[in-house]
Amino acid sequence: MRETNDSISILLIEDNEGDIRLTKEALSMGKIKNSLTVLHDGEEAIKHLKTLRNENPKVLPDLVILDLNLPVIDGLEVLKFIKNDKILAKLPVVVLTTSKDNDDIKKAYSYHANSFITKPIDWEQFVDVIKSIEEFWLSIVKLPPRSE
Amino acid sequence: MSDNITMVQPVNILLVEDNPGDARLAQEGLKESKLNNELNIVTDGEQALDYLHKRGNFKDVKTPDLILLDLNLPKIDGREVLAEIKKNERLKTIPVVILTTSQAEEDILKTYSLHANCYISKPLDLDQFIKVVRSIENFWLTIVKLPPK
Repeated sequence: MRETNDSISILLIEDNEGDIRLTKEALSMGKIKNSLTVLHDGEEAIKHLKTLRNENPKVLPDLVILDLNLPVIDGLEVLKFIKNDKILAKLPVVVLTTSKDNDDIKKAYSYHANSFITKPIDWEQFVDVIKSIEEFWLSIVKLPPRSE
Repeated sequence: MSDNITMVQPVNILLVEDNPGDARLAQEGLKESKLNNELNIVTDGEQALDYLHKRGNFKDVKTPDLILLDLNLPKIDGREVLAEIKKNERLKTIPVVILTTSQAEEDILKTYSLHANCYISKPLDLDQFIKVVRSIENFWLTIVKLPPK
């Protein structure tokens, strides 16, 4: 069961330091209590999620924000891994990438990304987009119940 | 974001909803949108699948860009409609927003596992309901990149 005053845990998988910093700033301004974990490459992300799934599924993130162009293992591979795993499949994954390529958009949705968002180049717009993600996913949407 | 606004074709939304009051509120909420959208409404799960597979009366419809799906539907249940959409190669990329009165954890978990794009429970209050419809519209039509047509 999710308690209403529980902090929402967000996992950000992103290698660009500037984008990480802006995301952190935007999320800290949000009305809803949240905690952010940042991982910098796809391999690290898969390892982290596997460990939590096997050892402590209760603390799996409530929401994943995933970049596509990541070092070592690509974001689409991370997405496939999450969505093909019985326990992890329920985690909402918001793809947030510089790509606006139709092929990437199609692939991400067919691998069951929950939504695909192209990063605006302008930093103020970037912060607005993060705020919109926060508002929509944390206050409008019902997130999946946490694993026992 | 600006790319979406310049899109000339209207965003095609399919609402699957058997409650006429809720359908009307959704219509009102979407009408005020700044973005050009076209809303089509079907009232049970069977019609929804006929629409999506372009069968019977729905031979000439456009494939929707976004689906708003209620769960408790006559004939074919919303969960089944969702499962069929997400298993179908042509349809599975279409974002499906579950919009339902159910707040049951079982429904939330099950629909996310069936690859619903997001789950929203309908507020009872009318103004809140319209606000939620507008949030859906704002997020999915202006922030998100929908799959290419």
